[in-house]
Amino acid sequence: MIEKALKGSTGYWVWMLFLLSIMGVGGLCYAQQFNYGLGITGMSRDVTWGVYISQFTFLVGVAAGGLMLVLPYYLHNYKAFGRIVILGEFMAIAAIVMCLMFIIADLGQPMRALNVMLYPTPNSMLFWDMIVLNGYLFLNVLCGWVVLQSEYKGIKYPKWVKPFIYLSIPWAISIHTVTAFLYCGLPGRHFWLTAILAPRFLASAFAAGPALLMIIAMILKRNTKFDVGREAQDKLVTIIGYAAMLNFFFLGCEFFVAYYSQIPGHMHTLDYLYWGLGHGDEVFNNLVPFMRASVIMGLAGIGLIFVSRAKQCDGLLILSCALIFLSFWIDKGLGLVLGGFVPSPLDYVTEYYPSIQELGITAAIWATGFFILSILYKVAISVKLEKEI
Amino acid sequence: MDSKRRDFLKIAGLTAIAGIAAPSAFNTLLKGEANASAQAVADKACPAVTGKRYGMVIDVKKFTENPGLADQCVSACHTIHNVPDFGNKKDEIKWIWVESYSHVFPENTQYKRPDVLKDMPILTLCNHCDNPPCVRACPTKATYKKKDGIVGMDYHRCIGCRFCMAACPYGARSFNWRDPRGKDANGQPFIKAENSKYPTRMRGVVEKCNFCTERLAIGQIPACVEVATQTKALVFGDMNDPDSEISQVLKTSFTIQRNPAIGTRPSLFYII
Repeated sequence: MIEKALKGSTGYWVWMLFLLSIMGVGGLCYAQQFNYGLGITGMSRDVTWGVYISQFTFLVGVAAGGLMLVLPYYLHNYKAFGRIVILGEFMAIAAIVMCLMFIIADLGQPMRALNVMLYPTPNSMLFWDMIVLNGYLFLNVLCGWVVLQSEYKGIKYPKWVKPFIYLSIPWAISIHTVTAFLYCGLPGRHFWLTAILAPRFLASAFAAGPALLMIIAMILKRNTKFDVGREAQDKLVTIIGYAAMLNFFFLGCEFFVAYYSQIPGHMHTLDYLYWGLGHGDEVFNNLVPFMRASVIMGLAGIGLIFVSRAKQCDGLLILSCALIFLSFWIDKGLGLVLGGFVPSPLDYVTEYYPSIQELGITAAIWATGFFILSILYKVAISVKLEKEI
Repeated sequence: MDSKRRDFLKIAGLTAIAGIAAPSAFNTLLKGEANASAQAVADKACPAVTGKRYGMVIDVKKFTENPGLADQCVSACHTIHNVPDFGNKKDEIKWIWVESYSHVFPENTQYKRPDVLKDMPILTLCNHCDNPPCVRACPTKATYKKKDGIVGMDYHRCIGCRFCMAACPYGARSFNWRDPRGKDANGQPFIKAENSKYPTRMRGVVEKCNFCTERLAIGQIPACVEVATQTKALVFGDMNDPDSEISQVLKTSFTIQRNPAIGTRPSLFYII
């Protein structure tokens, strides 16, 4: 079945070569980081996590987003998702691989990564994150591949895979919950110390993941004969729209608690992210334009996505999904992690700017994700089209 | 009928197992130590006296009276422990350092404080918490709490994930962003004079104050305390020994801890 990925149009090969070249450049950046140390990044004693960990956090959400397709299709037998569900499972695989790569890129001693397994430490949330992420990767590879292979052979998928599919449903919830627990269980980091963090993560995941999927589905619809179908498209709009609204509701709750309670620790980071934090004689606001853009894009995206469905306009659908995806990428892939470090426990403000090498490595990991995604989707779509025509 | 009964028994059995297992699993999660017991939980509000618990009292006034003393303490520690000096804030590594009141106690009131407070040099170091969040966070047990209360670091096991740095509510931890054994552009080593009695670290691991555990092992007192011996600005000892000097000081003086509200139970006490 994998041989399907080795036959493609010129466009396919150009795309793959483009991704490979980014991976190559990023690989060189990583060689530099490996030899010099993490000091080559923009991180510092006060801001100890940067784009690597924030991308990781966001991508866990993209992976968990696949749940919004698996659950209706397998649990509620919603047939309209028949063609798109495999795209969700394969996207989860690519996203988890990116997550794991971002974690390795962030380690000071990557050669010791296996210490997490050699000295299992159940009191550490990172230990559990390792388990749930690898478990979810395994479940999606297994379920996605077995179901697709059965389709390729023209038979119904074997019964034994069903329990694994059912298991993958709560497992998707667990990956983003445990990832939120990395942050929200730390005393002294007020911005993260909120019980609503895991629900907020899940809401944004269930919007951002399917939004990316929708964009890809629309691109496929234009360039190949693969069409996920009008009904699936319309149903996804409902899912993305409501999940995105829920995310903003949760964000509003955070604002209320901070500003109504007037507790300084709760307000500081929100000040820093959305208004600019006055500290001493200076105002720190390097993330304010991004965070405001995130809110505007997100709200605009929610409005437009329902308009696009009413007007049955695919162009508008792509735009609104892109707005929602970008909005949540900024919110989680930038503000959430970096904001938590401002101000520092000793009440200093250190602003973080990623270095060129850091951005190169980040781009390369994204490219690797899309490389894997392209291979998997090429296989899936070839099989689907072959069987249906 | 029969199958329903069997299903019921299955569920009942599973629930019972979960009921027995869950509390102990939860304890393990909370304690940050594998040997969590029901006893330990019961004593949480008032930790049982079992063996030593090292602590330190920092008398801030004495440092104001003896200008330069705080810097001497810092320098003694950093020399003995081969702490590198990179000459910039971004890569900075420090085990003990001087801060002002508003930075050490940011959650305390800063309103109408005496002027002298502003310039008081306040030594800041790892609090060796009795309930350390960093130990809870570490995924490899590279940081751990010893029986004498000291929170230690295994530089050879640390994977450099920096979860402990995010978890530490006191900003006590530093990371080796680059090779501490290296040299700067002018060929000057980052470790000015290497002390062969204590290991240098490698790039990519976290480090912090260890309460001079290596000196305690051979009957010496911590380096910073030794420097301050004459002034008694730093008092170090076993807080579980009622006759120790530190116990007497804690009994007779009003001391404060950094951010006690978050439940970390620091072993550092300040007399302001």
